[in-house]
Amino acid sequence: MGATASHLGKDLLSEYQELTFLTKQEILLAHKRFTELLSREDKNLPDPRAPTEAILTLPELKSNPFRERIVRVFSTSESRDGLTFEDFLDLLSAFSDSATLEIKSHYAFRIFDFDDDGTLDENDLEKLVNCLTGETDETRLTPDEMKQLISNILEESDIDKDGTVNLSEFQHVISRSPDFVSSFKIVL
Amino acid sequence: MGACVCVCACREQRLEQDRELSSWRQRRRSLHRSLKRLRADLQERLSSLVLWRGDIHLIEGMFGTGILSYFSFLRFLVLLNLVIFLLMFSFVMLPIIIAPHAGGNVTFNQADGQNVCSVYPTSARRGLVIFHEHITDLLSGGGFLEQTYLFYGYYKVHAISFPGFTYNLPLAYLLVTVAYLCLSLVWIVQRSATGFKRNLIQDEDRFQSFCNKIFAGWDCCITNEDAARLKRSSLLYELKTDLEEERIKQKIADRSRKERCRIYTIRLILNVFVIAVLAACFYSIYRATIFSQKAQMEKMVQICYLPSIVITLANFITPLLFSVIINFEDYSPAFEIRFTLMRCVFMRLTSIGVLLFSLWSQITQCKEGPCLCGYNHQLYSCWETRVGQEMYKLTVFDFIIIAAVTIFVEFPRKLMVNYCGCGLMRWWGQQEFAIPQNVLEIVYGQTICWIGTFYCPLLPAICTIKYFFIFYIKKVSLVNNCRPATRPFRASSSNFFFLVVLLIGLALASLPVMVGVGQINCSQACGPFVNYTVSWEVLPRTVSLLPNKALRDLLFALASEAVAVSLFVITCVGMFYVIALAGAHKRVINQLREQLVMSGSARNLKVASSIPEVALSETPHPDCSCPAGCRPAGLTPPPGCECIHEGVNVSRYCEALWVI
Repeated sequence: MGATASHLGKDLLSEYQELTFLTKQEILLAHKRFTELLSREDKNLPDPRAPTEAILTLPELKSNPFRERIVRVFSTSESRDGLTFEDFLDLLSAFSDSATLEIKSHYAFRIFDFDDDGTLDENDLEKLVNCLTGETDETRLTPDEMKQLISNILEESDIDKDGTVNLSEFQHVISRSPDFVSSFKIVL
Repeated sequence: MGACVCVCACREQRLEQDRELSSWRQRRRSLHRSLKRLRADLQERLSSLVLWRGDIHLIEGMFGTGILSYFSFLRFLVLLNLVIFLLMFSFVMLPIIIAPHAGGNVTFNQADGQNVCSVYPTSARRGLVIFHEHITDLLSGGGFLEQTYLFYGYYKVHAISFPGFTYNLPLAYLLVTVAYLCLSLVWIVQRSATGFKRNLIQDEDRFQSFCNKIFAGWDCCITNEDAARLKRSSLLYELKTDLEEERIKQKIADRSRKERCRIYTIRLILNVFVIAVLAACFYSIYRATIFSQKAQMEKMVQICYLPSIVITLANFITPLLFSVIINFEDYSPAFEIRFTLMRCVFMRLTSIGVLLFSLWSQITQCKEGPCLCGYNHQLYSCWETRVGQEMYKLTVFDFIIIAAVTIFVEFPRKLMVNYCGCGLMRWWGQQEFAIPQNVLEIVYGQTICWIGTFYCPLLPAICTIKYFFIFYIKKVSLVNNCRPATRPFRASSSNFFFLVVLLIGLALASLPVMVGVGQINCSQACGPFVNYTVSWEVLPRTVSLLPNKALRDLLFALASEAVAVSLFVITCVGMFYVIALAGAHKRVINQLREQLVMSGSARNLKVASSIPEVALSETPHPDCSCPAGCRPAGLTPPPGCECIHEGVNVSRYCEALWVI
């Protein structure tokens, strides 16, 4: 499991090709970019884990407002810090062109769930909007506008009117959102 | 891929599945997998051949998917024009070209000198030709270009008899015209099918839903820091505008009756004013065309291009005028944008129609009463070539204008804004890439191409080259001069919008072609239809010459009114059925939604009153077979977790027990 040398085994490559939505070229490119992120000592470990700070330097993630959440969600370590190569492939696979809407919406839900409680409540939505518009004071919405926006979002997506958006409601509203598939996409 | 979401889970699932299968099934499964792998490799190789993939990826990273959709639309038009050209070339030009080499014998249309209609004075220049006259000919399509493959008049072929069969060129010419219009229609509809379905579903909500903006708002493909910052500010602007619009809508709904009357009167006056402006523009195009046709004898380039200049001026002034007028009409912001856009679309595409109408009024108007040959043979011995020349001039002029505006307006603007910090420059600001206006430009060019291909068969090739260069011009201008628009254009709705405008262009283009083919007498001096009164006549005549009587009768019956009326009635009935079905589905959806709300609220109530048999306690009932994985209240238990109490499935009350 994992790739120690800078060269990916052929049967491992075809296995990854079947288990993810990525093509052979994309997996090889991902492997190349991943080994660039590792420090020299880590390269010789059997299953190296790239640290979060190194991953956040990738140009595809650097400008993304949800970059820390993305790394947290895809990380399989105890402390949710750092990605192995397979975690990295999961990330690219979920964000690839050929991933299904179900996979994308599943991961999008987990990324937007800032407090990891399984639902999107008002605090999660507020943090989400602030991430999108920017963190400084002049780029935020006023409290009234924020309240109006959150009540609009809940009105559109909360079907059972419990004040939170759960996974199935989220997937339902995403299935009707025409921009989601094209915007939830990262290509190396 | 099933329900697994990560590599480890998938691997385990697959190993488990493999263990259960017999050896034969395993072999079949591995064969299936290697076939899938082969297909994926092939697709990857094909996708690397896609035109401009690298450029479009770069634009996507810098500006997001809204502007990207403009460039992929441009790429689609390049392909469409190339296919139309190949169609025209292989069925009309290729037989003529290979006839001498393949042993074919070309029979030309007889030009009997007795008939005054079939006199075609040559327009080639004689004697010493000055160089600038060549340039004039190139720009106006006259002179040495007139009697070439470029225009309709050159195809004076009746039939080509190859060893074995006779190739009926007039029939091929007509059928290719019909074919390229149908092909364009089918291709556009197929491309817009996905967008159309989504827009239909989306339209029952607001114009742009908030969920779409928040959950799908961030383009993850943006890699540029500046672009990310701009995207953030444009998202903020968009959210503020939409919230503002909602407040305005509320205000509109609260309007009093007196205010409403006042608004409606203002709107009526302004709409009349807009119609008057449009009528004035159309009249000026009409007069300019007539003037330039009458002055054509002098062969001055400026006069030749007068209709194109007038059209371009009108299309430059009217959008500015419309955007000023719409401010007084007091619509909601979203509707304002749509309405202005529709007016601009109407203006642009109808101006071509007016040009053609004025041309035709000249062609079919003779000095002394009704025309001898059905058209004015003294001035227009080959009128189709003249129409083709006008379309050619429009195309060339359009390209010159796009290139000139980019070079002489946008680049200096950028230099002045960057290096001259005076107030005027700062107010004018940097160039914004206005997607709607750019799209209208290229749809206008494509409409001209569709109309003109019948009269100028090489026009699709010219348009392909033109759009090819426009891609690079626009890309360079975008990367160097422009900043993204403050009001962002959503990718999804923009794709739909582009294709709807293109469809309107196609509909408006097929009208002149149909009138030209079916109504106006074709010229007797040139072209493939010399032996027919109207171009369409070649089809019934060919059908009547068919050897098989049954087929002949069938084809004539298909063209009769009875079939047309019954088709129309069947289409109407089908449409009503589908609409009724959609309405029924909407009602079912609403009912299910209410049911969900009721069951959700039932879940939040204390359950005691509804299921007295289930004991309420801190720990689940011993009969409840929920494994330890049943999570706390608010979540549905994972699949396979069922609580059965006295034969009743109380799974959904599992968490209720935990709550209490």
